Amino acid sequence: MLCSYVRRMALCNGQFCKTLFRVSQSLPVVCTRSFHPSSAAPAIQAPVSKPEGRTKCTLIPGDGVGPELVYSVQEVFKAAGVPVDFETFFFSEVHHTMSAPLEDVAKSIATNGICLKGILATPDYSHSGELASLNMKLRRALDLYANVVHVKSLPGVKCRHQNVDAVIIREQTEGEYSALEHECVKGVVECLKIVTKAKSERIAKFAFDYATKNKRKKVTAVHKANIMKLGDGLFLKSCQEMAKLYPRIEFETMIVDNCTMQMVSNPRQFDVMVTPNLYGNIVDNLASGLVGGAGVVAGASYSAECVVFEPGARHTYSEAVGKNVANPTAMLLCSAKMLSHVNLQYYCDMIRNAVNRVLKAGKVRTKDLGGQSTTNEYTYAIINSLR
Amino acid sequence: MAAQFIRRVVSNGAPLARYYSSEVRKVTIIPGDGIGPEISAAVQKIFSAANVPIEWESVDVTPVRGPDGRFGIPQAAIDSVNKNKVGLKGPLMTPVGKGHRSLNLALRKEFNLYANVRPCRSLEGYETLYDNVDVVTIRENTEGEYSGIEHEIVDGVVQSIKLITEEASRRVAEFAFTYTKTNGRQKVTAVHKANIMRMSDGLFLHCCREAAEKFPDVKFEEKYLDTVCLNMVQDPTQYDVLVMPNLYGDILSDMCAGLVGGLGLTPSGNIGLNGALFESVHGTAPDIAGQDKANPTALLLSGVMMLRYMKLSDHADRIEKACFDTIKDAKYRTGDLGGSAKCSEFTDEICRKVQSG
Repeated sequence: MLCSYVRRMALCNGQFCKTLFRVSQSLPVVCTRSFHPSSAAPAIQAPVSKPEGRTKCTLIPGDGVGPELVYSVQEVFKAAGVPVDFETFFFSEVHHTMSAPLEDVAKSIATNGICLKGILATPDYSHSGELASLNMKLRRALDLYANVVHVKSLPGVKCRHQNVDAVIIREQTEGEYSALEHECVKGVVECLKIVTKAKSERIAKFAFDYATKNKRKKVTAVHKANIMKLGDGLFLKSCQEMAKLYPRIEFETMIVDNCTMQMVSNPRQFDVMVTPNLYGNIVDNLASGLVGGAGVVAGASYSAECVVFEPGARHTYSEAVGKNVANPTAMLLCSAKMLSHVNLQYYCDMIRNAVNRVLKAGKVRTKDLGGQSTTNEYTYAIINSLR
Repeated sequence: MAAQFIRRVVSNGAPLARYYSSEVRKVTIIPGDGIGPEISAAVQKIFSAANVPIEWESVDVTPVRGPDGRFGIPQAAIDSVNKNKVGLKGPLMTPVGKGHRSLNLALRKEFNLYANVRPCRSLEGYETLYDNVDVVTIRENTEGEYSGIEHEIVDGVVQSIKLITEEASRRVAEFAFTYTKTNGRQKVTAVHKANIMRMSDGLFLHCCREAAEKFPDVKFEEKYLDTVCLNMVQDPTQYDVLVMPNLYGDILSDMCAGLVGGLGLTPSGNIGLNGALFESVHGTAPDIAGQDKANPTALLLSGVMMLRYMKLSDHADRIEKACFDTIKDAKYRTGDLGGSAKCSEFTDEICRKVQSG
C-alpha cells in the first residue's frame, strides 16, 4: 500500500519536474539575474520514478513486418530502461504449424492483462476449412469487444489534411465478422450478420464513457440503418438510448457512405465515432490514410479485463519483409499507450516525446513518410532523442 | 492526344442494338423531387442546344397504390422505361417511415439494374485536396447486404443476411471487364473482404478471377476493402476500375465522390438487363429547391454517360467539354462550387459553348 503510494508520488514528481523543465526550456531567459534555476533545485533533479517491480507483457510479433517492428520497440525499451518484460509468442495463421496454441496465448494475455500485438495475416482460405480467422478467435476468446483507434495528425508528417483528431470506437466481436456462412444451393451463399442488443449497448456505453473520461464533446454513431433496418437499426437505437443518459455529450448519427465522404472532405468535424464491426474497419483505415498511413496510427482493443495494443490500421505489409523499410511509429506509439495503461507514465512520455521529436525534426524518416531512412536508422534516431 | 481520340472513338456502353445518330430516339426522363425539375430542365435545354437527336418522355414516379395495396411506381413509368430502354433520372426523395420501400430500390429491382457505374474524375479548375483522381467504381446492385432479408431471432438478436450469388457476381465481374476494355482503361481491381467473409466474398472473388481469365489483356488485381480505403485517400492514382459487391460499392463510390468535390459533380449510370438508367445521386436539396441555385453538373454528366451508352459520342464529347470548360472558367460557377452564378446562368453559358464549339 505504502509502496504503491510512494511510487505514485514519485511518478507525479517525475512528471512535474519534466513540465518544469520544459517550461524553463521554452521560456526565453532575458533576465538571468532574477531567474535562477538552482533555486528550484530539489524539483529539477533527474526524475526518480523507478518503480521497483517489473511489469509483464504478452508480445505477439505477428506476420509480415511485425517482427521487425517489435524488434524496434524492444531496442527502444532497452535503451530507455523500461521495466517491462515481454512474454513472446509466435502466433500466426499463415504459419499455423509453428503457431502457439490459442489457449496458451489467451491465458497469457488474461494473466498479464496487457499485450502488444503486431498484425496477423488472414488468408482467404483457412488450412482447416474454418470460417473464423485467428484474429477473430482471439478476440472472442478474450472478449476484446472495443477497438479504439485515436487518429491524430502527427507533427512533421505532411498530409493533405491537417489537425485531424478523431477517435474511432469499433465493436469487434459480432456483426459481419460472425463467421456464419453457408451455401444454400450451389452458387448461392448466405452470410449472416448478427447484431445483438446487449453488445450494441455495451459498445455504446463504452463510447460515451470514453468521451466523458477523455473530455470529448461529441459522439457520432455510424450506421446503415436506412438499408439494414433491423440490424443496424438495433445498433442505432441502442446508441440513441445510451445518448439520453449522457446529456452533456452531443450525439449525432451518420450513414456510413456519407461518413466516408465527409471524412475525406472535412475530417475535422469528427470527434468520437462509434461503429459496428465492418464500418469501423473501413473508417479506421480511411482515417489512418488521412494522417499518414498504416505505419503511424496506434490502436487498442479492450475487454473488461485486458487490453491488446495493436496498430490501428491492420496491414502486415508483407511485401516489405526483410527490407528494413517499415515504419515502427505505430508500434512504438502502441507501446507508449501500453506503458501509460500500466501506469508507467514517465516512460510513456519519454518514448512518445522522442517519437514526436524525430518526426518533427523530419531528418530521419521512413519511406512511407517520404524519407529514405531504414527502420533501424529511424529506431536509433528515436533512441538518440530519448531524454 | 491520339490515344485519347481513340479512346473516345471506341468508347461505348454494353452492346445493344446499333442506332444511328440521325435517328431520333425517345428517352424517358424522371425529373425527380426538390431541385430535380430545375436541373432536369437545365439538362434538356443543353441537350437541345447541342441538337442531340433525342425526344424526351417525361414521367412521374410519385408512388401510387397498386392492386396489391402496396405503394409502388406507377405502371406508366415502368412501361415508358421498358419501351425506351434508356432513362435519365433526377434525385428522388425517399420519405422515411411512410410504409413503402425506397423508390430507388424499386426502380433498380424493376429494371434489373445490376451494375452501378460511377466515374469519379477531378475537375480541372475546381481545386480539392486531391487532384488527378480518375477512378470508376462498379458496384453490384441487386444483392449482397441490400438483400433486405432480416429477422429478429430472439428478442435483442437480429440476423441480417448478405446474399451473394454466382450468377450476379459473374454478371457484374464480366461487365466490369467489358467496360474497362471498351473504355480504354487498363486495370480492374476487385475489392473484397474474403479474409473475413470467406465464403460469400470468396465466391465473388472467384467470379472475378474467372472473368479475368477471359480478358487476358486487362490487368487484374485483388485488394481488401480496408487496404483500398487506406490507399485511396493517400494516393488515388493507383486505382483505375474497381469492381465490388453492393455495400462496399456504396461506401467507396461516395468516398471517391468526396475526393473530387462531392456528389454534385459525379455522374452515375445503372446498367440493367433490359435497359439502363442514368441518374444523379445527390439529394433533393429541398432547402434550395425552386431558387435557381442548384448545380446541374451531376445530372448533365450522367446525361453525357447516357449519350455514350447510346453511341452518340460526338454529342457527348461536345457537351462534356462545354461543361468542363465552364467550370474551369470559374465565371459561372454555382454556389456549391464557391461561385455566385444561378443555375440558369450556368446552363446558358454551357449552351453558348456547345453552340460555338
